[in-house]
Amino acid sequence: MTTRTAPAPTAPSRRSVPVRHRKRRAGALPWLFLALPLLLLAVFTYIPVISMAWYSTTSWNGVSKRMPFVGVENYVEIFTRPQLFEVFLVSLYYVVAAFLQLAVALYFATLLSFRVRFGNLFKGLLFFPYLINGVAIAFVFLYFFRPDGTLDSLLEFVGLSGHQWLGDPDTVNYSLAGVSVWRYTGLNFVLFLGAIQSIPSDLYEASDMDGATRWQQFRHIILPGIRPVVGLMSILALAGSLSVFEIPYIMTGGANGSRTFVIQTVDMAFRFDKVGLASAMAFVLLALVLLVTWVQRRLFPDDRSTTP
Amino acid sequence: MTTTSTSTRKTAVHKTATIRKAGPVAYLSLVLAGLVAVVPLAVVLLASLKDAAEFRADGPFDPPSDWLNFDNYATALTDGEMGTAFLNTTIILLFSVTGTIFIGSMTAYAVDRFRFRLRGTVLAAFLVASLVPAVTTQVATFQVIDVLGLHDTRAAAVLLFTGTDIVSIYIFLQFIRSIPHDLDEAALVDGASRWTIYWKVILPLLKPAIATVVIVKGIAIYNEFYIPFLYMPSRDLGVISTSLFRFKGPFSAQWEVISAGVVIVVLPTLVVFLLLQKLIYNGLTAGATK
Repeated sequence: MTTRTAPAPTAPSRRSVPVRHRKRRAGALPWLFLALPLLLLAVFTYIPVISMAWYSTTSWNGVSKRMPFVGVENYVEIFTRPQLFEVFLVSLYYVVAAFLQLAVALYFATLLSFRVRFGNLFKGLLFFPYLINGVAIAFVFLYFFRPDGTLDSLLEFVGLSGHQWLGDPDTVNYSLAGVSVWRYTGLNFVLFLGAIQSIPSDLYEASDMDGATRWQQFRHIILPGIRPVVGLMSILALAGSLSVFEIPYIMTGGANGSRTFVIQTVDMAFRFDKVGLASAMAFVLLALVLLVTWVQRRLFPDDRSTTP
Repeated sequence: MTTTSTSTRKTAVHKTATIRKAGPVAYLSLVLAGLVAVVPLAVVLLASLKDAAEFRADGPFDPPSDWLNFDNYATALTDGEMGTAFLNTTIILLFSVTGTIFIGSMTAYAVDRFRFRLRGTVLAAFLVASLVPAVTTQVATFQVIDVLGLHDTRAAAVLLFTGTDIVSIYIFLQFIRSIPHDLDEAALVDGASRWTIYWKVILPLLKPAIATVVIVKGIAIYNEFYIPFLYMPSRDLGVISTSLFRFKGPFSAQWEVISAGVVIVVLPTLVVFLLLQKLIYNGLTAGATK
């Protein structure tokens, strides 16, 4: 990181020869190394984005040779047809869950950054769910929420009665968002923990000697120290809750009011053959994610992560 | 971190150590969180060891009568085609991870070791692409794969995993900067070509970054559902995720078989996690913070 290429002025005379040499010859060489990566980047990222912009102005069905131009009609439809717009409200459950998840992760990261017996075991237990295959998680929680399943049995232990957790439109999104918290808390937790542990320990020692309480340490040492990571996690959580797909798609297929924006888009494109409308929806989502990212970059300017 | 407290401060050491121990409330919350993580998984393990009649009669917390009843596992592996699934996942994993390592390291080498016109543009192209969530562009990516004639082939998944992974490029880019330029220059003086330098000097030194990418990428591919689901609908092209997903139909009433399928999928992850904990923690930190 410290050594930069360019015309290294500090290099002794012997070195300066190859340096200048290389600078002149660079010409086509780097492009040989970049050819394949750039080709893949163009074909699988830029071409899709550009063609998506184009599809979104048509009423194409994905197969036909004809792609009738409809202008902004698809976009108008997204924002005026309640069924299409409704799915954004479902995201709110996941947004709230995401911030809950961040709070839980931060709590346990702070806790485990202090000396704790079996600390490593708890770290592993909290983190492991994040590594599990999403389909497996979906089945685990279908079993968990099913009538007379794990949750109902637990409730019976304490004298409460069961419930159609996934069948009832009033609870389905809470249940699914809960699964999302279960799945992703571990990642946030480990990243927070890593950030907290990289805070120099003499800061704590000094504050200990000054008689600081735990809370004061958290508030004045830990929180400022992990600000960039909190920013990054918030954006990932927010962008993630806008693009929820896997868990609700596998668990409920979007039934009972658990349809998310991405489920809607996928169904539109691949089940109802409305590629034009689906492209417009995907574009709206892309714009939203980019907006969230931009806001985050403004709120938490992080010189580390972006400077190439 | 707490272990370093023995150093400079003499008398305070003892005090710090005691102050920063967790209290009973802390332990209680940890145990509770541990249970929340484990219980949903443990009951699935219990269910997978029961036969159909036993499963119907029992509650989820009742232990199986025979702890060594692996019939459901046999059903899941044969009827559920989990064997084929592991084979397909392995093939895709090998090709995609190898491809990612070359794409990532070549990009990093070109961008970090050369100064050329449009270098900034190239970097920006990758940076902007990293902001585009793949999930949003599948509608159009699907057409690209279709035009290339790759729909319903393993190549589709391999190309998508290899070609859209910007995070790996960043991991390599970050790491290659810490490799001193003197090494390349010495090799250059000795008459080595740029390719030789990449292949013989840089790539071997990138080993830690390669390990990180193998882990982050390996876990991601093993768990990926969306891409194989969209691009490889054929039964015989089922990977771990899609084959398990198909349990939903034929086994919908047989929770004991589904449970066995889940355990079969989770077990390798658990083993890898237990063996490579440190690498996984570090790798994810490197991957997520780019």
